[in-house]
Amino acid sequence: MSTEKLKYERPAIRKMNTGLMNKFGTRTEYAPFTHIDGVSVKELISNYGSPCFVISERTIRRTYQNAVRAFKTRYPKVQFAWSYKTNYLDAVCNVFHQEGSWAEVVSIFEYSKAIANGVPGNKILFNGPEKTKADMTVAIENGSYIHIDHFDELYDLIEVTTELKKTAKVAIRVNMDTGVYPMWDRFGFNYESGQAWNAINKIMASEYLDFVGLHCHIGTFMLTPSAYGVAASKLSDLAVNIKYVYNKAIQYLDLGGGFPSANTLRGSYLPGSDVIPTIDEFAEIITSTILNYGYKKEELPLLILETGRALIDDAGYLLGSVIANKRLSDGRRATIMDFGVNILFTAFWYEHKITPAQEFSTHTEDMVLYGPLCMNIDVVRQSVTLPALNKGDHVVVHKVGAYNMTQWMQFIAMRPKVVLIDTNGNHHVIRENETVDTLKEMERLPEHLSAFNL
Amino acid sequence: MKIKSNLAVSDSGFIFNPSNGDSFSTNTVGSDIIRLLKAGNSFDSIKKEIVEKYEVDEILFEKDFHDFVSQLQDYYLVSND
Repeated sequence: MSTEKLKYERPAIRKMNTGLMNKFGTRTEYAPFTHIDGVSVKELISNYGSPCFVISERTIRRTYQNAVRAFKTRYPKVQFAWSYKTNYLDAVCNVFHQEGSWAEVVSIFEYSKAIANGVPGNKILFNGPEKTKADMTVAIENGSYIHIDHFDELYDLIEVTTELKKTAKVAIRVNMDTGVYPMWDRFGFNYESGQAWNAINKIMASEYLDFVGLHCHIGTFMLTPSAYGVAASKLSDLAVNIKYVYNKAIQYLDLGGGFPSANTLRGSYLPGSDVIPTIDEFAEIITSTILNYGYKKEELPLLILETGRALIDDAGYLLGSVIANKRLSDGRRATIMDFGVNILFTAFWYEHKITPAQEFSTHTEDMVLYGPLCMNIDVVRQSVTLPALNKGDHVVVHKVGAYNMTQWMQFIAMRPKVVLIDTNGNHHVIRENETVDTLKEMERLPEHLSAFNL
Repeated sequence: MKIKSNLAVSDSGFIFNPSNGDSFSTNTVGSDIIRLLKAGNSFDSIKKEIVEKYEVDEILFEKDFHDFVSQLQDYYLVSND
């Protein structure tokens, strides 16, 4: 008769510190995270390798629909534009486009991706400080909305439209003091100094510029809804003045993005989920400010939102495995994972929630989580309390959908696959992993360097 | 290397060191090792017993055992006599 063996867990011991209060608590994980939308993490890793990113289409759609509901139930004219820089994988963009989102791009690269995805030119908002005259020409020909960032761009645009004898639909980006510091004043024209108004006058005097909107983007990971009230009020002030001076009703106010996700910022006293305002709080302050500003009903501007992070972060997971365990000179446990800051760029900003993907006991250890890079900066979590992890064990990093799949670096290691789980639970590779060939394809070796003797 | 003979070890993995009042908690494999060390077992016999009882190979256990013992030393739970 054979006896079934017990599940093994690395032996661990922890000193009990009675009487010492820990304001953060001790454990953060109580149950393994074994499935994403019904698909087993183990199966995903076995099919697509470790590490790999996984995106839940169901979560994207649910999050998007909730944000739309928050705004549309409060304001009659709302349009979301998907922020390409947050995650410009075609499959991700197209989920947002299927839901009705326009595209918001900040470079000709992103612009070209949106066009290639099939977004009509007149549903693209072209932001950002770098637009060459060639970029402007493409945007004008396609009827896209050009959001002017600075005077040099404004003068270039006047030149281009005059040459083409074609009208460009333009808005200006406005920066302002919303009571949140440091103030984001590097983008756009300043409101308080009168710079924005000067730009507006210049545009209104230009033959081929059709001034249609006002745009702002007051910051990122904003935790203060009232700042958006200030922004909506200052944009409305400009809109009302334009109406008064030029008898022109502005078509839209674009309040940008910057709403936070439920991630925990490094150094934050409380977990992100406990401190972030809901999307409804942002919607309430923005829409009530505009509605109460005194627009005529028929001239109420379209409200555009370019929120990125808050719509995609929750839908992204990073699956990874333990490479090794070691003990540092001061006795601390160190665990080396097969993913690092090269692909999890947001580890620089967040204390990411990380959950083991297999059963574990109640015993936990404080540890530092390192990535696989031979670089001192490669720290995924400086200090985290997790169950004892064995070599080869899997973990799931939560809320990684925003910025990682655009800001990741091809540094030391190659970038992994990205997999989408659709609403029926089927999984699809939406970006292949890099190979040595992918990377060598772009290199050129001069003839005289092609051989050597060692 | 021996576990200090005056340590109190409970079945649930709670350890009390009466010489200085420190207390510790261990997981099940940890408390098995402490129990076996306390009974005077050698590393080889501990390895044999653990590998028979749990789903673990000898190499992994050996690595984990030495790491665990270094922690016991850090906590002054072993005597070198």
